[in-house]
Amino acid sequence: MTARGSASGRDLLWRAIAAVVGGLLVLPVLAGLSGIVLPAFGYLPALGARTPTLSVFGEFFAAPGVWRSIATSAWTGFAATLVALAVTAAILAAAFETRGLALVERLIAPILSVPHAAAALGFVFLFAPSGFVLRLLSPWATGFEAPPDLVLIRDPWGLAMIAALAVKEVPFLFLMALAALGQVKARERVMVARSLGYGRLAAFLHTVWPLLYRQIRLPVLAVLAYGVSVVDVELILGPTRPAPLAVRVVEWLQAPDLRAWLVGSAAAVAMLALVAASILAWLGLEWAAGRIARPLRLGGWRARGDFGVRLGILLVAVAGAGSLFAGFGGLILQSVALYWPFPEAWPPALSLAAWERHLPMAAARLGDTLGIALGASLVALPLAVLLVEARRRGARVMGLVYLPLIAPQVAFLFGLNVVAIAVRVTPGAVAVTLAHVVFVLPYALISLSGPWAALDPRYERVAASLGIGAWRRFWTVRLPLMTTPLLVAFALSVAVSVGLYLPTQMIGGGRVETVTTEAVATATGGDRRLTGIFATLQLAIPFVAFALARGVPALLFRDRRGMRPVRGGA
Amino acid sequence: MSLVFAGFSVALRGRTLARLDETVAGGEVLALMGPSGSGKSSVLLAVAGLLGAPFMVAGRVVLDGREIGGLAADRRGVGMVFQDALLYPHMSVLQNVMFAVKRRDGEGRRRGREARRAIAMRHLARVAMEGFADRDPETLSGGQKSRVSLARTLAGEPRALLLDEPFSALDQALRGQTRAIVFALAREDRLPVLMVSHDPVDAEAAGANVIEIGALPSAGGTLI
Repeated sequence: MTARGSASGRDLLWRAIAAVVGGLLVLPVLAGLSGIVLPAFGYLPALGARTPTLSVFGEFFAAPGVWRSIATSAWTGFAATLVALAVTAAILAAAFETRGLALVERLIAPILSVPHAAAALGFVFLFAPSGFVLRLLSPWATGFEAPPDLVLIRDPWGLAMIAALAVKEVPFLFLMALAALGQVKARERVMVARSLGYGRLAAFLHTVWPLLYRQIRLPVLAVLAYGVSVVDVELILGPTRPAPLAVRVVEWLQAPDLRAWLVGSAAAVAMLALVAASILAWLGLEWAAGRIARPLRLGGWRARGDFGVRLGILLVAVAGAGSLFAGFGGLILQSVALYWPFPEAWPPALSLAAWERHLPMAAARLGDTLGIALGASLVALPLAVLLVEARRRGARVMGLVYLPLIAPQVAFLFGLNVVAIAVRVTPGAVAVTLAHVVFVLPYALISLSGPWAALDPRYERVAASLGIGAWRRFWTVRLPLMTTPLLVAFALSVAVSVGLYLPTQMIGGGRVETVTTEAVATATGGDRRLTGIFATLQLAIPFVAFALARGVPALLFRDRRGMRPVRGGA
Repeated sequence: MSLVFAGFSVALRGRTLARLDETVAGGEVLALMGPSGSGKSSVLLAVAGLLGAPFMVAGRVVLDGREIGGLAADRRGVGMVFQDALLYPHMSVLQNVMFAVKRRDGEGRRRGREARRAIAMRHLARVAMEGFADRDPETLSGGQKSRVSLARTLAGEPRALLLDEPFSALDQALRGQTRAIVFALAREDRLPVLMVSHDPVDAEAAGANVIEIGALPSAGGTLI
């Protein structure tokens, strides 16, 4: 009989695997970031630029309205993150340990899987000057017979964008916080504070939130970085004259003038610096918030009669989620509205004509979208399994994973494009699929890591003591018990991939079109029925994916009560 | 059959939790008693090969003349019974037990599916659960679950049995009944048993040789 390698040797192997997979995730980001730095300083041999110079930055800063673009990006990202975080904290504090929490979770969880662009389009449907809300109020309350000349979306302050981004990011922060609640002994903490006479809101905010925030800090920074550098939501809802910085980076990249590439590189470097500065500013804000919260905590105000406030918070949450769902319903309606003159709240005639006319094209886009999403998810899921298994054996992987979420997409994708052209990779569906893996893997990992760690390790110990080897233990015990989490992670991967705008646009070199790039393109183009069709497809894919992720295990294990999920949520 | 400990010790960060120099013959029970947190369950996991860093395991464990200390958990041939039944929720009662049946018999011949099924049914019958073979484990009572769990462990043809607080999750009435079945079957299969418990009645019922571990230093009056 030979003894197998020692446990620590195996753990080292797992750590090595984690490092390799993590490297696969980090490498494209680093390559991308290096790909913008050299051209920004005037070095891009493919264009014959070889002399290092600072003049490119001079050109960038001389572009009209560039400072205003920078300020808009910073302000909208910062404000949206702050609002989303405050709403998340308020909802959790108001609903913790009440039946409201399950209700809010059920309402909010589906929004996580909806593409940002679809949420922004729903916002347009509701709040544009010709939108649903004004139709409901016109002409009887407002007197408008035609869409008014009001700046309700694309306002220069970016308020529409902030609102849409915040509503879309609340579910992400909320679900991350919900998953972290168990790690901070939230229940016990609130119980102690309540027994000291504090109201529910005060008890939660004083004793749980500071610890909870520490747990969800990386997701918050990811939301901040995303908000500062997002492109598709800005294209749909953001100000235009001048556009925020991220949009202008893309414009420079896509300009026919090659010189614009150099300026675009400088802009991408500026974007990177802006995200870094925003994160630093946010850390400063954390510090200030801590300073303000301390005397409040020690003040001893019990805030007991908070029922009205809590009810108000929950109503706002329900209204926010409800408006998103109304927007989605509206987009679907828009795709079957034959024509829809302004003050009418309901289209006078419904028809599938637009669907019939665009069906071949829409089906082709749908096929491409699904091919990329399934491909990226099929690559990402096994990698995610490797990483969570390595994590269970002591490797540290979670920090690494946030790099692609925190590095501004527009910066490193631009660079990746430069690198791809330098090494002569043809832009196309395969390159786009691989780029999607980088963005899909973090979400698959986040979604899988909780259930993976929560499985009672004794199930596998029992199998080991029965003489069953590691490999068979993995296939017959762990994987079947993880069926639902694995399928949910897969569905989330598909949903994330479907929603990706920028990686598709930039790595695809304009040659790869998905339902999301089409939805954004038609939104700025003006055919509302076509926008409705692509938005409907955007919404349908995650819906079907999650329905399958829930339905397949329910069918597979219909006679196994122990396999039913204890609690909902993605 | 016998389980022999020679200078076997488990330590955590330099502190020795327990040290064993004992021989447990087939059908005998050695009980490790001690307060919670004393590390008695760690000793059990160490014997099963399931204890990793930061614990340090030293000394020899010899099962039927074979040193098993360096083997991976799945090669040691020791069956483990936990406080909870830990039946696999994705398998039926019979599938749980069949999962444990080895794919080759003592002479190395391959067992067919039907043969493995028959062995599993026989073990279910030993714990009077053969009528529940097709049931979803989640629909069983607590006592029934722990009997199936015992059948599963025995179906794996272990050469020693490790019991980790096996009865403490059961209520008083079931405890005596389950205890009787476990020790009777262990004796029938002539398995050496190492049991961890904090209930003196467990050790008494088994007629066990008792070792106290992790006992606090005798009261020296320093606290008052």
